[in-house]
Formats: sequence, C-alpha cells, structure tokens
Amino acid sequence: MAHAPQSNFENPVVNWIDQRLPIFTMMNKEYGSFPTPRNFNYFWNFGALAMFVLVTMIVSGIFLAMHYTNNTAMAFDSVERIMRDVNWGWMIRYIHANGASMFFIVVYIHIFRGIYYGSYKAPRELIWIFGVIILLLMMGTAFMGYVLPWGQMSFWGATVITNLFSAIPVVGESIVTLLWGGFSVDNPTLNRFFALHYLLPFVLLAVVVLHVAALHIAGSNNPLGIEPKGPQDTLPFHPYYTTKDIFGLTIFLIFFASFVFFAPNMLGHPDNYIPADPLVTPAHIVPEWYFLPFYAILRSITFSIGLPFTDVVLIDAKLGGVLAMFGSIAILFVLPWLDNSPVRSARFRPIFRWWVLLCLVPSFFMLGYAGGKPAEQPYVLIGQLGTVMYFAFFLLLPIIGRIEKPLPLPASIANPVLGGNAATAK
Amino acid sequence: MRRLRTLLAAGAMTIAGLTSTALAAGNAPVPPAQTWAHGGVNSFLSFFKGYDYASVQRGFQVYKEVCSSCHAMHLLSYRNLLDVGFTEAEVKAIAAAQEITAGPNDQGEMFTRPGLPADRFKSPFPNAQAAAAANGGKAPPDLSLIVKARAHHEDYIYALLTGYTDAPEGFELSPGSNYNKYFPGNAIAMAQPIYENGVTYTDGTPATIEQQAKDVTNFMAWAAEPKLEERRRVGIMVILFLVFFAGIMYAAKRRLWSEVH
Repeated sequence: MAHAPQSNFENPVVNWIDQRLPIFTMMNKEYGSFPTPRNFNYFWNFGALAMFVLVTMIVSGIFLAMHYTNNTAMAFDSVERIMRDVNWGWMIRYIHANGASMFFIVVYIHIFRGIYYGSYKAPRELIWIFGVIILLLMMGTAFMGYVLPWGQMSFWGATVITNLFSAIPVVGESIVTLLWGGFSVDNPTLNRFFALHYLLPFVLLAVVVLHVAALHIAGSNNPLGIEPKGPQDTLPFHPYYTTKDIFGLTIFLIFFASFVFFAPNMLGHPDNYIPADPLVTPAHIVPEWYFLPFYAILRSITFSIGLPFTDVVLIDAKLGGVLAMFGSIAILFVLPWLDNSPVRSARFRPIFRWWVLLCLVPSFFMLGYAGGKPAEQPYVLIGQLGTVMYFAFFLLLPIIGRIEKPLPLPASIANPVLGGNAATAK
Repeated sequence: MRRLRTLLAAGAMTIAGLTSTALAAGNAPVPPAQTWAHGGVNSFLSFFKGYDYASVQRGFQVYKEVCSSCHAMHLLSYRNLLDVGFTEAEVKAIAAAQEITAGPNDQGEMFTRPGLPADRFKSPFPNAQAAAAANGGKAPPDLSLIVKARAHHEDYIYALLTGYTDAPEGFELSPGSNYNKYFPGNAIAMAQPIYENGVTYTDGTPATIEQQAKDVTNFMAWAAEPKLEERRRVGIMVILFLVFFAGIMYAAKRRLWSEVH
C-alpha cells in the first residue's frame, strides 16, 4: 500500500478496488484524459478498427470452434453444418470469413497511414516493429484459418505454401515434414493448423498490448508529424476521440456488413466449396486476395542467380522467390533506419510524398493484380515491375532523405505557420 | 469532410481492386446471364429478392427423377424441404419412399427402414469408390453446394445443362464423353441429362428443356445457400440500424468538436 495512489472515485466499490489495484486510474489515464493530438484525420481511426476486428475474430472464432470438427473426413461437412443447422451459424461463419478480409483491409490502410505520416520514426520505432510482428502473426493465422474448412483451395493452398519452405537449403525438407506432421498435407497438418489457429490470435493480442503500451509511452503521431508542445495541442482521448472512433467504426461496420449479408462469398473462391481432394489439382491455385501481392513477389523471381559465365547456381528461382517474399516483409523492420529524413509527415516532404503515392501504392495494387492472374505474360511482367517498384521504394529512401528539401514545419499543432489548409485536419 | 471523401475514395479503390481478383476462366465461353428470381446466390444488388419456390419445388422433382440416380446431395435432409413449401405430409411421404440402412440394432445388426424427415438425402451409391466405379472412374460430384462451387454460379449450371450440342468438325471426343459448349475442355462425361418432357410436372408446367434446367438450377441454388433470404432480411435491418446510428454519432461528434475547433 505504501506506493499506492490515493483514489478519489465516487463509487466506494470502485475506490476500494482501485486502491488495491489501480486499474480504474490506469484506464482513466490511458483512455480518459490521455492527451491526444487534436489534429487527427480519419486515417487515425484504423488502429481502433483493427482492435475491433481482432476482438470480433476471436469471439466469432470461439463460437465456430464449438461446432467445428478438425478431422479431414469431417471438417468440410462440419462447416456446412454450421451454415445450415447451427442457430445463426451462417452469420457467425460469414462474419469470421469476411472478418479476415476486413482485418487485412484495415491493417493495410493502418500501415499506409504509418508510412505516409512517418509514424515509424523516433521515438516510435518499437511501436512499428511490434506492428510488423502483428502483421506476420496475422498472415500466419489467416493462412492456417483458410485451411480449416478443408476445401480444394484450403488443401492446395496449404500444399503450395508449406512447400515453399522446402526451398531452404539443407533443412528445408525437414521443416516441411515437421509442418505437415508427415509426408503430405493430411490429418496431422489439419490438427496442428487448428491448434495454432486457435493459439496465434492470443499471441497476436499480447503483441497488440505491447504495441499499444509502447504507443502510450511515446504518444500518437499526427498528420503534421510534429510533437505536441503543450496542452493547447492536445485533447483528452475521451470524449473527443472515443466519439470520433465510434463514428468511424459505424461507417466501417456498414462496409463490413455489406459483405457479410449481401456478398459473403465475393472475396472467397468457388473452389473452396468443393471438398479437398488430393488427387485433383485445381486449374489455378490462388491464395486469398490479401496474400496476392506477396504471392506475386514470390512468382516474380523466375530466374536463378549464379556466378556469371559459369553454370554454378547460387540461388535457384524457387529459393529466390521465397527470399524475395519474406524479404518484402523483413524490409519493413528496417524502415525506420532506411528513412533518414528528420521530417515525419509526407505533407512536408515533396519527394517522399509522391514516392509513396506513385511508387509504393501502385506497386501494391500491381502486385495484387498480377498475383491473382495465371503465371503467364503479361502478368509475370507486371508482377516483376511491381516487385522492383516495391523494393525500390524502400531501398532508395536513404537517397531521397539526403536530396529532399523539406517544407518549413509549423511552429506547433495549434498554431501552424502555414495557416489555411495545412492547419488542423478535421 | 475533405478527409472523409479521400477516405471513401480510397475504400472504393480497394473494392475495385478486390473484385478484379481473378477466377480461373478456363477455355469455355462465359455463360450468358439469366434472370433469377433470387438474383443469384452471389448477387450483391438483390437486397429484397427471394427464391421462386414453385420453381424450387419443380426443380426438386427434376433432381429426384433425373439427377439423383447419379448425384448425391448429402448435405440436405428431407426435413429441409419444409422450407421450400412442401407440407409435412409430403415430406414424410418423400422420405418414406426411400429405404435407409440404419443400425446397428441391439443384436448388433444393420437393418433397413423407411426414411424419416430427419434423414439426409439418400445417396445413389454407398461410397465414393462405388460411385466412381459405376461412372467410368470418376464419381459424379455431390450437388449440395454445386451452385456456389462453380464460377458464374446459376448461370453456369443452366448453361451447362442446356449446352449440349454435336461436337464441331474436327473435335476429337474420347469414348464415354459428350460435347458441351460450356464445360471447361468441352468434353464432359455426363451425358445430356435433360430432355423435352423428361419429367411430367405435377403442377402442369410444360417441361421444356429450358424450364427443367431453370427449375433444377433454382433448386440447387436454394440447396447451396438455404439461408439466403434470412441473410438478406437481417442484413437490411443491420444496415438500416447502422446508418441511423452513424447519423447520431456524426451529430454527437460534430456537436462535441464544435467547442474545440
């Protein structure tokens, strides 16, 4: 008790608890009076949206797990039983299936926001790194979740993606056997994927806690990319941003519900309504849409890299593709150090701004487009161009930081020197 | 507001990007779009549409008399037919017409009994191997989900059922396969299943090929997505509530923020 703060809550029960475990004081400090820059635009809603989707996925997923059977002979039919005979089962499953897509839409926009406004820069590098770890966990969780209905795309997607690990020299084959729990994608694979699909979201939640905890140390970035200089630059989180977040959440829910209730299979693939059959390979194996950009990078490396003028192959095309694909995520970890400009927000960075909008963003859409098409021309070329643009965006940042002349920064959030349109964004 | 517009534009771009996600097209022509009372299982702009149950019931008759000799629909139970307008007595009679293997009884033996509404649709073959052996090595697909399991959904099924023609000059058909304009590769093992007056409809509807194809497709669409109407009905209420709530939250947010701008 010696260090416990004195609590002054009106409700005696709250007070009693708070003196012993100051959880109400903490909530009030972090989500009540928490000083938040007053100039957020709607891009700053997406962190809260992502949190909402994560909780939605965990809750809907637990209800699905109560009815799902993780056995290759029964998994497909157990999902259909949820769709037909479980009360509201169709809605829970469509929420969960489309929720995965919503999670990626929200998180991709959240990441774009972070890049455009330089949110990854000091002192927020660790927040960014936790974010990249969250992205990786999301990808693993989503991939394994897609396997569970045990449709054709589940099975063949799992086969293709797990086979990628065989490209790793020496230990690759052993890793694949370990992932499969045998010598092909089969019942042991489904069982361990189900176990991990249930586990990883909670690991992800723990990293989200770290992500948010670190955010509450440094405080939020904002569209101007300058630190608040005093109380005139901030507003208490509640009620200003709680209200704004709930409004944004409602708009997002309209978007989400449109898919769940009116186009629940639009983002899926018809082949996944065919039960998995190891003897019949689908004509085109495509991953879920949110993996297409990375799948395109994987397929863009169509050539082996060897010693010039010899036949010695150092990296064959398959390993090259795998390295490029993992490299496309890994490079995000070092983004805070690749970008050496002292200015955060792209608003004051004339080159960087267009570099994001005309190189990074188009490359992502090009890769997504090429990834969904068969591996033939011109799609391979579009994918390769997208790959070059994607990596070029990151690798040329140190040069841009050096040659770019940033615009003058406003003196403070409340009194921007530029006045007018660069002032507070609503 | 300017920010909001930017955001909406970004959202629209995302959707445009998503919907262009490629589906395997194969080499068959795109099936022509037909008009469906329910708009199609995957149709977005069909908020108030529902199944044509008279057609679904006729489609069940086509399935029962034609398709079910080779194709199972093991995800359906006879009781599900109550949802398309068959009476309880009719459903009991439909189920009882099937001989179901049940058991084991308390002597440890399997026995047969007339079907009950709670039974799943009886499959034409005891297992996948038997189905394959009787059909040239490949089991006919289960039709429970077929409308959702094919690109172009209802339109494809209808086009396939009405797409049988003579093979064009120079097209080599292997023995046991039939020419179909809309089947990927054009050589399909299934012989033309539907013929003029192949069934006699109990409601007196003339049984043309097109009518039967349409009816049985409607039946299979319902079988694949039986909750379609409930889904759309709930969806409309959800969206209406959210739009209303968004209006309230926007007003609240405006009012609150007007003090600090």
